[in-house]
Amino acid sequence: MPSWATQRIHRRHETFIRWTLFVCAALSVLTTAAIIIVLLSNAVYAPGAKVAFFERVSLREFLTSTHWKPRDGEGGQFGIWPLLSGTFLVAFVASLVSVPAGLGAAIYMSEYAHPREREWLKPVLEILAGIPSVVFGFFALKFITPWVLKPLFHLVGMDVSVFNSLSAGIVVGIMVTPLIASLSEDVIRSVPGSLREAAFALGSTRFDVSARVVVPAALSGILASFLLAFSRAVGETMAVAIAAGGSPLLTVNPLRGSQTMTGFMVHASTGDSAADSISRMSMYAVGITLFVITLGINLLSGWILRRFREVYQ
Amino acid sequence: MAFAALRCRVLPEAGLDRCEMSDVAAGRVDWRPVAEDSSSMPEINSRISVPPSVRGVDRNLDTSSHAAAIDVRKMNFYYGEHQVLFDISLMVPERSVTALIGPSGCGKSTFLRTLNRMNDLVEGTKCTGECLVEGQNIMDPSVDVVLLRKHVGMVFQKSTPFPKSIFENVAYGPRVAGEKNRSVLADLVESCLRKAALWDEVRDRLQTSAMALSGGQQQRLCIARTLATNPRIILMDEPASALDPASTDRIENLIGELCANYTIVIVTHNMQQASRVSHQTAFFFKGHLVECGPTMKIFTSPSEKQTEDYITGRFG
Repeated sequence: MPSWATQRIHRRHETFIRWTLFVCAALSVLTTAAIIIVLLSNAVYAPGAKVAFFERVSLREFLTSTHWKPRDGEGGQFGIWPLLSGTFLVAFVASLVSVPAGLGAAIYMSEYAHPREREWLKPVLEILAGIPSVVFGFFALKFITPWVLKPLFHLVGMDVSVFNSLSAGIVVGIMVTPLIASLSEDVIRSVPGSLREAAFALGSTRFDVSARVVVPAALSGILASFLLAFSRAVGETMAVAIAAGGSPLLTVNPLRGSQTMTGFMVHASTGDSAADSISRMSMYAVGITLFVITLGINLLSGWILRRFREVYQ
Repeated sequence: MAFAALRCRVLPEAGLDRCEMSDVAAGRVDWRPVAEDSSSMPEINSRISVPPSVRGVDRNLDTSSHAAAIDVRKMNFYYGEHQVLFDISLMVPERSVTALIGPSGCGKSTFLRTLNRMNDLVEGTKCTGECLVEGQNIMDPSVDVVLLRKHVGMVFQKSTPFPKSIFENVAYGPRVAGEKNRSVLADLVESCLRKAALWDEVRDRLQTSAMALSGGQQQRLCIARTLATNPRIILMDEPASALDPASTDRIENLIGELCANYTIVIVTHNMQQASRVSHQTAFFFKGHLVECGPTMKIFTSPSEKQTEDYITGRFG
């Protein structure tokens, strides 16, 4: 007859597992908190002898000045707009590439492709997502700009800079296409098959079913995937730093170079200015701005997902 | 026990088309066992009460005098190697209701779905034989299934409103067909909702989401949506099996009204429903069409033993 009393060794074992798992879950939360603390302590208020960025440059100048000249001493100007415009220009071009390509790929995989075709198509797309972004950066700089964009725009008599936002945007768009394709395909496939059947039974072509029933039914998830991809494009670093160059220009011309927020942060962190110099500290202010923007986009996409989700029985 | 095998003779002067135990008690029915060969009198099986039909349905209809809306000849159907329909030949008369009954897995839904080639959407299916819809063989590879499905509409077991407004749901078919004129669409939506007996309930909220309707309303919306493609034939796959009795009743009455203008084929698990709404009943069993005939005959004096066993609830 076994004893029914709890064996202490079992109880300890369970407790140990429980705490280990808790630490795993807490780790990401703690990391996020640590990052926020580092950003704030360098940008807003620095304890001790260090002087934080916003203690030297007013928030007003940061948000209203249209020049970004991160120099120490005289002549330094810290207006975020050139970096913002560079970032959003690249992300916008990336969206122009990735939204149609990603959505098209998702619809194809879910609605048109034979199951066997989908079996190899999806992993191939995911390989694309696994290519390091530095590689994409050089691909833009060494192939897309000289061999695609320059000849193309030469035809219409326009000059393309060696470093330009367009090539950066195109490769970032290619990079985030698998993200949109994969996320959108998941939500499109979760639209109940009964809706497709009903649409077919009303005399729809396959395209009618996709465009008029399935995509609208999955729209919230699709929009959320666009936003997540946009947020990824905003945060993308190496490819952009390489392809778009390092000149913070307030411009919407994608044929010229620009500097994005991430590009600047790479530049500043690898520069040779002193660690507590204002040009170095500006990195944290840019970091916070980037953090707020991507957080905002992610929250927005989550809200869209919840607010507009169709619930099927 | 004797009760299980009780077959009795309706006294002609009673004029009953249904028979319950109370009728036996009241002496309206001669309950004495009838010899198997005495078929001169109308026989009625006391284990099943045949309820009155819905308005508009004549269950003794002589179908041979009607033109055929659908004429299936020697249809065989396979899922991969597995054959699920065997040599089905069935004639569906125009402007009538044909009920397909039979136990689960007997092939009745598969058969229904071949009539507008919905099975094309399922990988690895094969169908042989002929299926003439208004004279044209729809199994022919040259048939445009998109046009066919506009002509042969379908209502499913689960109501499947699109996550759009009530108006857009009904306007879907015409829009797909290329109709853009707003006032034409509005008229069509109204007339289809009226035909589907839903107009009065939704006229004030056409722009609200169809997902907010009740189950029975959703199903009538799906019928209205089907009507909007202007079909000649409507296939219904257990349209009321997920609905409460009141909604079921409305759907059944609707079928009775629609069959004046449309040919309807309905699959149902509910034999009472089959007997209420159909002119003609076809009994499927294990992929074979066992028997097909006027509904009253199938329910009161089926020719086949299997049919009788099924409708009396001895199996299935």
